[in-house]
Amino acid sequence: MKTKAVQTPSVLDRLTRSWGRGVVIGVPMVFLLLFFLFPFLVVGKISLSEMEGVVFNDLMTWAEGAIHFQIKVDNYLSLAEDSLYVQTYLSSLGFAGLTTVICLLLAYPFAYFLARSPADQRPALLMLVMLPFWTSFLLRVYAWKMLLADAGVFNTLALAVGLIDEPLKMMNTPFSMVLGMVYTYLPFMILPLYANLAKMDLRLLEAALDLGATPWQAFWRITVPLSRSGIVAGAMLVFIPCVGEFVIPELLGGPQTLMIGRVLWDEFFSNNDWPMAATVAVVMVLLIIVPVALFSKSRAEASV
Amino acid sequence: MSANVSRITSRIWIGAIFSFLYLPILTLVILSFNASPIVTQWGGWSLRWYSELVNDTEIVNGFVLSLEIAFLTACSSVVLGTLAAFSLHRFKRFPGRTLFAGMVSSPLVMPEVIIGLSLLLMLVSVQRMFGFPERGLATIWLGHTLLGMAYATVVIQSRLQEMSPQLEEAAQDLGCRPIQVFFLVTLPLIAQAIGSAWLLTFTLSLDDVVLSAFLSGPGSTTMPITIFSRARLGLSPSVNTVATLTVAVVSVGVLAASVLMSRAERRRAQEMAAAYRSS
Repeated sequence: MKTKAVQTPSVLDRLTRSWGRGVVIGVPMVFLLLFFLFPFLVVGKISLSEMEGVVFNDLMTWAEGAIHFQIKVDNYLSLAEDSLYVQTYLSSLGFAGLTTVICLLLAYPFAYFLARSPADQRPALLMLVMLPFWTSFLLRVYAWKMLLADAGVFNTLALAVGLIDEPLKMMNTPFSMVLGMVYTYLPFMILPLYANLAKMDLRLLEAALDLGATPWQAFWRITVPLSRSGIVAGAMLVFIPCVGEFVIPELLGGPQTLMIGRVLWDEFFSNNDWPMAATVAVVMVLLIIVPVALFSKSRAEASV
Repeated sequence: MSANVSRITSRIWIGAIFSFLYLPILTLVILSFNASPIVTQWGGWSLRWYSELVNDTEIVNGFVLSLEIAFLTACSSVVLGTLAAFSLHRFKRFPGRTLFAGMVSSPLVMPEVIIGLSLLLMLVSVQRMFGFPERGLATIWLGHTLLGMAYATVVIQSRLQEMSPQLEEAAQDLGCRPIQVFFLVTLPLIAQAIGSAWLLTFTLSLDDVVLSAFLSGPGSTTMPITIFSRARLGLSPSVNTVATLTVAVVSVGVLAASVLMSRAERRRAQEMAAAYRSS
């Protein structure tokens, strides 16, 4: 038994190696195909079907010895014709873009200063950035409700000090919603930027300064271009989820903050119109597919 | 002079961002001890809402269910995430690698309403055909694992990249089979990353509203779903107490974990140094 194994180690080895490789790749691959990719195809299919009672009908039916196809593009037509849908898509993109820009403006100097702070302080500071991440996102969004409400903490304090005479209307406005989104997604911008800026080769900056650049010039012409991949990664991590954000608009938004994630939710949970919800989802995916592809490409490049 | 100015700017900017990040959390904690039933009106210190929380069966039951799901999710995400990260790290070329890498990372950014809706519609279609699965704990677990796996992969993959490939090669040269290399060399080296990935996916699952709402069935209401529906209606003192307890548990947990991990790391470094010396 023992000698046998010694005689054929290469065959056995090669077999276990290729088998092991197959399992290591195959298990997560099959999981993702089944539960990530396949559901998208189902959504695509359902967006083309019609409600039938409480569910949707089949696209393909077998009747009288022939296959019948039945595709309804009505959902897509009503989406294109209803200006409210179009407006909602546009305003979702707009709010997501605004959030991304504000996050970048706040996070870039922060990540820069963090990356240039004394090396022994950095782990603790980074830990402080991560810590809110670990506490409930839902509860932190809810906290802004307490701060911004008409009788909330800010208004109460400002009234008591005499800064204002009547409560400011901050809740359920575009302001409160964008604030909530900036607050929630800021760490997603900080972390890739920090990772990028911390490993930057500082000799390049010294070289620029030696060659007569002012610190400001060196920053704009060396640091910023070199941190491009961090900016792109951070922007994607903020922009894409913000387009379809639901919880923040629902808790902090108001009548003026049209967001497509809420529309999808209402079509599904309130109107019970599953094909329409699927259509809204398909169009949303089409809108963000380019940024998502860019994002996964940058992640894939990082992994090579 | 200018170095001074930039140091002061840096301090102020960092301080301002940290205040922004921590102000809401601080408010939640302070107001959870508020005696007044109107959340934002101060009525003195009190533990009243904490004692009422114990009798709040909706929250307590939801919490137990959420813990179960979070535990299962963390375990499955870490296993799948380790496999995915290892595949991407080790095998630079295999059929479908681009698709695989794309599918692993896109749940990180894909809006949750889309993931939730598509998973639910698929499960409903499957259920119409085969009569299962019923929506409940298992389906929520599935949804959370999809998301958790993406995060776990990122965390573990970045650790694998930092790791020196020579360690694995040395083990291989010394006659280890690939599976031995993995369990004896790779796994101990990435153990810390696996630990953080486990904690991260655990808290992610404990917190999730959107996926849970799509994938839950009757009788499987998780704690975040309850909190969300109360928060939608307005401010509620019970939410503040839950928040404070979460913050307390998380801070203690994260601090303890990081202390333990850095201690383990140090011990490991010492052992390795000792091994080098003796050889």
